[in-house]
Amino acid sequence: MQVIKVENLSKLYFLGGTMHNSLRDVIMNFANSPRRVAKQELWALRDINFTVEDGETLGIIGHNGAGKSTLLKILSRITKPSSGMAEIHGRIASLLEVGTGFHNELSGRENIFLNGAILGMKRREIERKFDEIVDFAEIEKFIDTPVKHYSSGMYMRLAFSVAAYLEQEVLIVDEVLAVGDVAFQKKCLNKMRDVSQSGRTVLFVSHDMSAITRICNRAIALNKGKIIAEGATADVVREYLSESWGMTAQKTFESDAQMPSSDEVRLKKVRIVAGDGETCDAFDIRKKIGIEATYEVLRGGQILLPNYQVYNQDRVHIFTIQDVSNEWMRQKKEPGEFVSTAWIPGNLMSEGSFFVNVAVVTYLPKMTVHFNALEAVSFSVIDPMTGDTARGDFVGNMDGAMRPLVEWETAKH
Amino acid sequence: MQNVTKIKPSDSWITLNLKELWAYRELFYFLTWRDVKIRYKQTAIGILWAILQPVLTTAIFTVIFSQLARVETSNVPYPLFALSGLLVWLYINNSITLSSNSLVGNANLVTKVYFPRLIVPISAALAGLIDFALGFIVLILMMVYYGINLTRQIFLLPFFLLLMVILTLSFGTLFSAVNVRFRDVKFALPFALQIWMFLSTVFYPLDILSEKWRAMFAFNPLNGILQGFRASLFGEQFDWTAIGASIALTFFVMLISLFVFKQMEDDFADLI
Repeated sequence: MQVIKVENLSKLYFLGGTMHNSLRDVIMNFANSPRRVAKQELWALRDINFTVEDGETLGIIGHNGAGKSTLLKILSRITKPSSGMAEIHGRIASLLEVGTGFHNELSGRENIFLNGAILGMKRREIERKFDEIVDFAEIEKFIDTPVKHYSSGMYMRLAFSVAAYLEQEVLIVDEVLAVGDVAFQKKCLNKMRDVSQSGRTVLFVSHDMSAITRICNRAIALNKGKIIAEGATADVVREYLSESWGMTAQKTFESDAQMPSSDEVRLKKVRIVAGDGETCDAFDIRKKIGIEATYEVLRGGQILLPNYQVYNQDRVHIFTIQDVSNEWMRQKKEPGEFVSTAWIPGNLMSEGSFFVNVAVVTYLPKMTVHFNALEAVSFSVIDPMTGDTARGDFVGNMDGAMRPLVEWETAKH
Repeated sequence: MQNVTKIKPSDSWITLNLKELWAYRELFYFLTWRDVKIRYKQTAIGILWAILQPVLTTAIFTVIFSQLARVETSNVPYPLFALSGLLVWLYINNSITLSSNSLVGNANLVTKVYFPRLIVPISAALAGLIDFALGFIVLILMMVYYGINLTRQIFLLPFFLLLMVILTLSFGTLFSAVNVRFRDVKFALPFALQIWMFLSTVFYPLDILSEKWRAMFAFNPLNGILQGFRASLFGEQFDWTAIGASIALTFFVMLISLFVFKQMEDDFADLI
C-alpha cells in the first residue's frame, strides 16, 4: 500500500518580492511599481514525483539548497506547495530538529511533556512512556532541574529521547542523528533502525551517507529542486557522490592544452577502477580499489614513476603511493603510451569520499616532478554493515582516517 | 489507516477548522501552561507583580485624578472605579502585546512543526487570565473594605469577561499575523494601546464628557465592556446601548481578525 504519494509537487519562492518586513518597503514598492525590479523566482522544488510504500524507509539526499528541507516542510505541512499535491495515510510525526519548543527555564520533566505535546503525542501517551524516555536519555538525576543547567550533551539526549518514542505511523526525520557523544549516537542509530524495522514508514534526510545506507532501503537524490536519482540506496548514494563533487571516477584530458605535462611526459587519462577493470566511483569497503593513469612518454630515456596522493573529504593527506615495482622502479621508459594501475587493498580505507592527485616524478639522477594533477578523480567507500569488516557490530560514527582490518590475537594467561 | 492528509496549494476559501483545533486541545493546554510557568521565572517577587501592577497604578491614578483633578465617580469610591477599570485594561493591554508578539516569538515552533497556528496567539492571550484572577481577588477585598454589596447582577459578570477575552484574542490574533509580515507592529502597538486607553473609560467616568463625545465613545468596544463589568460588580444601571455596540464591534473585529489570519497563515513559515 502506498503510504505517501507525491505528485508534481513544486514550490516557488519569490526572492526580494515578498520578503519585505516593514510597511515602508511595501509602500515604497507600491509607489515605485512601474519601475520595480522584477521579482526573482526560485523553484525550490520542481515537479517532484515519488511514492513510499507501507513500512518502507526512504532516504533523501542532496546538498544544501537542493530542496530537501522544502520537501520535508511541505510534507510536514509547515508550508504549502505552490502546485501539485501530496497524500499521506496515517498519523504523521515530523522531526525537523530535536527539542523543538524546549524552554530553558522549564525542568526536564516539564519539557518532556511540552515537547511531546508539540510533536503530537497525547498526554497519556507521554505519561505511559515517561520512564522509558528518561531512561533512554540517561538523565534520571536531573529530571527536575531546569534544562538551562544541562550540559549540551544532556540537552540533546533528552531532546532526542522524546522523539525516539513517537508512535505515529509516518515519521519524517531531518538530520537529527548527529547529537550527543559517539555512544549516544550509536544508541540513536540503533533506535532508528528499530523504528524502520517495526513496519513504520520513515522519510529520512541526512548528510551522513553511511547512516543513509544503513537505515534506508531506497533513496532519492535531489539537486536544484529536481530528483536526479532514485532507486536502491547504494546506487543513489554513488550517483549523488559523483554528481555532488563535480568529479567523476574518470577524467580524460581531451586536448593537448588540457593535459598536465612536461617536456618528457603528459597525462591523458585517470580512472578509478574496480577489480573487474570497470570504472567505478563507489566501493564496498571490502573490495580493492584501482587508481589507473594513462600517460604518454614524449622523450624517452628517463625513469618516470607515477605517484598518487590520496586525500580524504576533510582534505587530509592520507597517503602517497608510487611505483616501486622491481620491474619499473629503476627502469627507463621509452616514448609511447603507458597505463599504470595501483591497487589499494580492500579493508584498508575508511568510509567517506576520497580525492586523488596524480603526478609523474623522477628521482634519479635528479628529482623532478613532471606534473601533479590535483584532485583529478574521486571515489567513495561505503561499509555495507555486514559484520565482517573492521566495524564489527558497531554501527555508529567511526572516526579515523584509515580503517584497516587487522589480525587479532588474544591469549588468556 | 484512518487518517489521510492531503497537501495542496493554498486555496482561496477561508475555512476555520474547529475540529482540528479541538484535536489539538492538549497542545493548547501545554502552551498556555508554559506561558504561565515562565512568565515570572527569575523574578524576585514572582507572581506578586500581578497584584502590584494594578494596585500601584490605582494608587497613582487616585492621587492624580481623584485628589488633584477631582474627577467624580457617582456611585463608587474612585479607587474601586479605577481598579476595576485597570484590571480589564491591564489584561487587554498585556495580553494583546504578548499575543501580537507570539508568532514571531515562537518562530522555532512555527518553522519546525505543524499545528493549527491559531493556537499560538490564543494561548498567549489566555495565559494573562491568571494575572487577572489575582487582581480580581484584590478587587473583591477592596469592595468588602468599602462595604459594597454584590447584587444579582454579578451573574452577568462572566458574560462581560467573555466579551473582554474575545476582544483581546481578536486583536491579539490579528496583530500576531500582521507582525509576521510587518514588524512595524512592534513599534506602533504600544503607541496605539496608549491612545486607546485614554479614549476609554478606564480611569474617568463617561459622565465627565459632553453629550457629543459620549456618542463617539460608543464606537470604542472597550467602553461597553467596562460599563457592563462595573455595573455587574457594583450593581449600577446597565447601559445596553453601549453594551450592544460593544458586542457588535467585538464580533466585527473577531471576523476581520480570523479573515486576515487565515489569509496569511499559509505563508507564516516562509516569512517569519
